[in-house]
Amino acid sequence: MAPLLEVKDLTVRFRTEDGVVNAVDGVSYSVDAGKTLGIVGESGSGKSVSSLTVMGLTRAKNADITGQVLFQGQDLVTATESQMRVVRGGPIAMIFQDPMSSLHPMYRVGTQLVEAVRMHQKVSKSAARDRAAQMLSLVGIPDPKARMNAYPHEFSGGMRQRVMIAMGLCNDPKMLIADEPTTALDVTVQAQILELIERLQSELDTAVIMITHDLGVVAEVTDDIAVMYCGRIVERGPKADIFARPEHPYTWGLLTSIPRLDTPRDQELVPIAGRPPSLINRPAGCHFHPRCPYARPGQCDTGDVLLEPSAASPAHVVRCVIPSAERTAIWAALKAGETPQGVDPGAPPPLEKTLVLEHAEPEPETVATDAPSLEKKLTDD
Amino acid sequence: MTDPPDLGKGANLSKGATVPPKREPIIEVKDLKKHFPIKKGIILARQVGAVRAVDGVSFDVAAGETLGIVGESGCGKSTTARLIMRLLDPTSGQILYQGQDIATLSRKELKPLRRDMQMIFQDPYSSLNPRKTVGSIISEPFIIHGTETDEDKRKKLVQELMDQVGLNPEHYNRLPHEFSGGQRQRIGVARAIALKPKIVVADEPVSALDVSIQAQILNLLRDLQRDLGLTIIFIAHDLSVVRHMCDRIAVMYLGKVVELASADELYARPRHPYTGALLSAVPVPDPVLAAAKKRQILGGDVPSPANPPSACRFHTRCPKAVMGTCDVDEPQLEVKDGGSIAACHFPLTDREVGAQVPTAAA
Amino acid sequence: MGTYIIRRVLWTVLLLFLISSITFGIFNLLPSADPALLRAGKNPTPDAVEAIREQLGLDKSKPEQFKNYMERLVFHFDFGRSYVNNVEVKETIFDRLPNTLYLISGAAIIWFLAGIVIGTISAIKRGSILDRLMMGGALVLISAPVYWLGLVVTYLFSNDLGKFPLLPGVGAYGNADGFFDKGHALIMPWLVLASAFAAIYARLLRSNMLEVMGEDYIRTARAKGLPGRSVIRHGLRSAITPLITVLGLDVGILVGGAILTESVFSIQGIGRLSFDAISRGDLQMIQGTTLFLALAVCLASLVVDILYAFLDPRVRY
Repeated sequence: MAPLLEVKDLTVRFRTEDGVVNAVDGVSYSVDAGKTLGIVGESGSGKSVSSLTVMGLTRAKNADITGQVLFQGQDLVTATESQMRVVRGGPIAMIFQDPMSSLHPMYRVGTQLVEAVRMHQKVSKSAARDRAAQMLSLVGIPDPKARMNAYPHEFSGGMRQRVMIAMGLCNDPKMLIADEPTTALDVTVQAQILELIERLQSELDTAVIMITHDLGVVAEVTDDIAVMYCGRIVERGPKADIFARPEHPYTWGLLTSIPRLDTPRDQELVPIAGRPPSLINRPAGCHFHPRCPYARPGQCDTGDVLLEPSAASPAHVVRCVIPSAERTAIWAALKAGETPQGVDPGAPPPLEKTLVLEHAEPEPETVATDAPSLEKKLTDD
Repeated sequence: MTDPPDLGKGANLSKGATVPPKREPIIEVKDLKKHFPIKKGIILARQVGAVRAVDGVSFDVAAGETLGIVGESGCGKSTTARLIMRLLDPTSGQILYQGQDIATLSRKELKPLRRDMQMIFQDPYSSLNPRKTVGSIISEPFIIHGTETDEDKRKKLVQELMDQVGLNPEHYNRLPHEFSGGQRQRIGVARAIALKPKIVVADEPVSALDVSIQAQILNLLRDLQRDLGLTIIFIAHDLSVVRHMCDRIAVMYLGKVVELASADELYARPRHPYTGALLSAVPVPDPVLAAAKKRQILGGDVPSPANPPSACRFHTRCPKAVMGTCDVDEPQLEVKDGGSIAACHFPLTDREVGAQVPTAAA
Repeated sequence: MGTYIIRRVLWTVLLLFLISSITFGIFNLLPSADPALLRAGKNPTPDAVEAIREQLGLDKSKPEQFKNYMERLVFHFDFGRSYVNNVEVKETIFDRLPNTLYLISGAAIIWFLAGIVIGTISAIKRGSILDRLMMGGALVLISAPVYWLGLVVTYLFSNDLGKFPLLPGVGAYGNADGFFDKGHALIMPWLVLASAFAAIYARLLRSNMLEVMGEDYIRTARAKGLPGRSVIRHGLRSAITPLITVLGLDVGILVGGAILTESVFSIQGIGRLSFDAISRGDLQMIQGTTLFLALAVCLASLVVDILYAFLDPRVRY
């Protein structure tokens, strides 16, 4: 059976005044009906841009999009804007990171839901309202009929994300793209939302693409995982493989640099040195090589490193020049608590270049509090 | 359980739970309250209520240790941090710094103490003045406190600081926007440690940063603590980060401390059902563990701190709450089986913890 | 909400009281021509001047004058009588008010609609030649003063002097009768008065719109599959709201007198009234129109603030 969604060699470039931003570069993956793909990466990795492109939301005069996005046999890259409008919010729905800003603050929640229903279903206003109330109740909003008349600011963050999910699912989508859906939420609310997505997915048999920077989230809710770095997938495979036998040094970096509850408390964190490169001037060869403790001069910094199957499993593909067997050995040593050779976890990272591409994909910021500045306080004296 | 539990001296203990204090606290917070008034009225506004952001918090911090304060948004952890820094004026309660109550000191009286207490903020983008060079941002503390008046010497000191926090000293004249988020947080750290403070209050110092950068800043803070003998009050919502960084941890819910324990105790044997629910909710980057546990999902949202539930504030969402007790009789912080101090009538048992919290055994 | 309105009204009253006191101060304590002399006409006898002075209450002490002035104002809403021709100031103002209101309301509708249409198109077609033309044109209109633009338009289009006699020209309003006739006569003043405002509003709306179109909820609207039209409506809903505040205040200020436009097109409105009063040194009338302007602005800002709560559900008082 053909997969529900098949992305083939998707490339997205934005022409800007500073140069060409290579936001997504040759990304391929597929998602089967009812399954969940996790896309993991940091800001600027292209994880959001690639998914927005699936929805046709990156189309712009300065955007060059090549490759294929086959959804139920239809190529969404070449689809017309009016064809895309049928897809968006219909068979493919998307929810976003910040439920605070993702709903229109001046329209009632019910209005926004009804609008979504009537965009894709030819039903009367009252039938659409019934459908909207039904969806709100499905996502666990108490007293949905009354809450339809409330404005978004009258909901808590978690409840707003529920509204977003209700809006996404109101037209029975085949696929839900969730872009960091829990990043802005508290941990207990995150658990509620993740459980909700999982429950609805099994009830409605929806495929899910879960975009996140949190390895914990992908470990909990996905079937397959793609790790993205600098616009490319560097490692992709079944969840169990990625966590048990990760083979890309960047994935290792992600796994060993975060404090986690399932390792000894005093385990040293191994930061990834430096920071992600600019998407305008990417390092040659493997884009990760300047930050990679295992980089091999002459091999990593020239030519194109391809995604190749690992020794253990053909479904598990890795973009790295180190032979698969050697990678397995390195990970085993890392897991045993060894720090990578030549890496002193306490040392400051190498000094960085300052060209950042921050407008391409803003960092996932948590709610910023307006902290009264200390320096201001002090100078007031 | 052979060790005597590590109690905070200031903890509001019930009778009989006296344990000799082992160490001298550098900071003691006693029954600290901050109520933000809610005002209404036609011409003269009168107070009709209060947001009880912090409502009777007590703990202490020993010199050289890291105390974590953890909780979800609205629990009062950041307000507590600002109260300790005296960026906000407490409604009532005491903040003893080396035995001296600083809760009621005037700004003038506080100024010399400010050298000893510094703060690192969450958002490295908005907490640095965009029009000032890095050099002048970091040298500001020296100027404000008049500790180094010679400009050349000051520049040398600042460059040493930049080196110490992993910034290139040659970038002395650059502006904050030329730096990435991680580097900006390093600037914030350099400014905070410039005057060799005794205490650093770090309010969510890594939550705005990318995952691969977080470890750099966390390691930096640990190294600085070791080298400078800092006492750190570490505020965060991320339980994994707090566990990694802190010696002791206070868990807050709706303006109150519900549990206070050493990091090892808290994560292995949480006693308060809220702590248990928090730990249960943390996604673990290990599919096997994740599949094995039964996630404890709390219902509903955090109630409004303007109108908190009676008695135990968690009773409205608590899976173990017994009506007639929890909503009538406010539990006090007391030593529970296992050594944690928790405010709960029906603390979690080891068996319950084992079923809910996949990482409890680690 | 109710308490808020009451509070705002009370504050407005207090503010008006302060403004009246200040106005009194400015016109009575600062040196100016002797009003009694002004009223007495040409070559008056000293006795006649003295009599008038007494009649106007000018012989009393300043605090007493202030007391009388405030009493009349507060209890009788009495603005006094003109020193020049002894007509009641209040009556004159209310006589002239319909003319000003007609001028302003027509112009406001034109500039608000034009501003929204131009601003929206400009924002959507950002960077296009159309956008640049419209924004450049807007800049020209903002820089063109009404008295200049008024003369140019008259020179070009007025049916008595113009090269292309299409529209009723200067003075047409005074001769017109009835609602539609007057409206017809006002076309040119409307356009002239509206032009600079339309340009400002267009630029404001364009920048609001550009900001709003980058918001997350606009992305949500697109992700729902809404057509471009509806997405723009979502954006416009947010971008227009701040413009309402500006509109309210602008109208408030103009009700107090569109001095230039009324003068250029000789429309007997409040602006023309103030202009004449100033040129004749008619203190009582100046004082009256000034107070009226303050009243209009205060009321306008009150209305705007209340309206805002209805336009933006997040605002609660």
